[in-house]
Amino acid sequence: MQVSNFPLRMKMQFRCSFTIAKKDAKIYYLKAPVLIFGILFPLCLFLAFAIGRDISPNILLPGLVGMTLFFTASSANPIVAPWETRMRTLERLVSTPASISAIIFGDIFAGFLYGAVISIVPLLIGIFAFGSDVVKPYLLAIDIVLSAFCFSALGSLLSSPPTDNPSNVMMLSNLVRLPLIFISGVFIPIKKMPAWGKAIAPISPLTYASDLARYALLDKGYYPIPLDIVMILVFTLAFVIIGITIHQRSMPKRF
Amino acid sequence: MENAIEVSSLSKYFGEIRAVDGISFQVKKSELFGFLGPNGAGKTTTQRMLTGILKPNSGTIHIMGFDLFKHPSDAKMLMGVVPEMANPYIDLSAWDNLMLMGELYGVPKRKRKQKAMELLEIFSLQDRKNQKTKGFSKGMKQRLILAMALIHEPELLFLDEPTSGLDVQSARLIRNLVRELNSNDTTVFLTTHNIEEANQMCARVAIINSGKIAAIDRPENLRNTIQSLQSVEVTFAKAINDLESLQTIENVSEIRKEGDKLRLYTDKPGDVACQLVEYAKAHELQVLSLNTLGPSLEDVFVHLTDTKGEQNAS
Repeated sequence: MQVSNFPLRMKMQFRCSFTIAKKDAKIYYLKAPVLIFGILFPLCLFLAFAIGRDISPNILLPGLVGMTLFFTASSANPIVAPWETRMRTLERLVSTPASISAIIFGDIFAGFLYGAVISIVPLLIGIFAFGSDVVKPYLLAIDIVLSAFCFSALGSLLSSPPTDNPSNVMMLSNLVRLPLIFISGVFIPIKKMPAWGKAIAPISPLTYASDLARYALLDKGYYPIPLDIVMILVFTLAFVIIGITIHQRSMPKRF
Repeated sequence: MENAIEVSSLSKYFGEIRAVDGISFQVKKSELFGFLGPNGAGKTTTQRMLTGILKPNSGTIHIMGFDLFKHPSDAKMLMGVVPEMANPYIDLSAWDNLMLMGELYGVPKRKRKQKAMELLEIFSLQDRKNQKTKGFSKGMKQRLILAMALIHEPELLFLDEPTSGLDVQSARLIRNLVRELNSNDTTVFLTTHNIEEANQMCARVAIINSGKIAAIDRPENLRNTIQSLQSVEVTFAKAINDLESLQTIENVSEIRKEGDKLRLYTDKPGDVACQLVEYAKAHELQVLSLNTLGPSLEDVFVHLTDTKGEQNAS
């Protein structure tokens, strides 16, 4: 089968991405420790902040949803490339008709699905345990889909250094991700942040994801809704383009 | 189109290091082609360029007529690749590994299931079909890797050290299967440092040294090019420790002791054989075996890589 014709080539690359996403799901995501970590880690951070403070869980729920999306969608992606380099499976994958872009998209798609599905857990806890309302369900759906893709793309970008040591990448990943939760209006709404906080909050994609969740669950937010959506899309595009560019450069150095 | 692979002026640099230096060669369709060289000669770098894993700094590669870098998908669809020291996914079963590869090459579901069953049987892995490959031996993993490379029935198969470090049974199974594939018109590009393997299997071999092709021909022709590496191998009933006494034999360029045998290098093997018989009589030695030998491919390899290495170094 000749795949030189553009639509056929694109179809083949999409199929490769989907296959790689299925492979990632089986190997990295559908494992009890990974699933439990995806729920427990943001929940523990949330409880550490909420316990002992006189704040309604409903107020904190948008932050928890945003944080869960952030930590789950970007959790396993950073280790996929270094782990597969170390296990000598990546070279085999690169020699298939799947382009590097298709491989990266496959990894992003798997992280996206994992993040989107896991983020429903705190949402259900909020709704059934604390009686929270979803004021704008369509907005929540948009937020989950766009943010999960955005954070998964960030995870893929973080995996681009040509190392075969997953712990190196995890260090880099946590170095980038952990500070972001404190500047993104997750625990404290942006409106109540000090001036320096308000100034640096816009550099984090999590800011817009949490803000959108706040609109969806509490019908109030800080930035206009269209700005939240546009900014998430801009971050996604930037992460995807920069990620693929760096992966294309770093891939030959992995072998 | 007669050639499965056409390589022209291919070069690859890693920083200042010139790993592959302007090599050109062709591999005909249905040929079993060996690519030999010492460690660090550029074998694996060349195979990685031929399989689209590395991009060359200059030169062109055509696979079955497709320019590899202009039409990578077309070219890669026709290849099966067994990279050096590759692994299957250890958290997936043998079956899932095969399905993954089949899907990536676009093999329809029914056909890939049928082909996977067939391959598992050929490689004696059917009993381990649903086991994760984590517990597989090296031989089993390598058989599975080869099965994964064959799931889409490629026209061209790249093998990088496919039998390196394997037990005898697995190595033999893989060699036999590669021969069988080749007899069914699959072109095979075998990268190896196992000279005997190349000698037994390949119709033509290229010897690469310091990034350059030192020789490319049929193994027999390569052997014939070096008449000075003909030799006579003799085994006496009693070991000879004093090799000096053999210096009286004329036309011998070098004498080597190899186990219980002596090997005398000469360009006149018949003459030297006669002299050895006389020598045995004179010294009251019993001749257990006496053979005249042409140069082995290993001799050619050492001769070429040493010579070219020295030339490159000077």
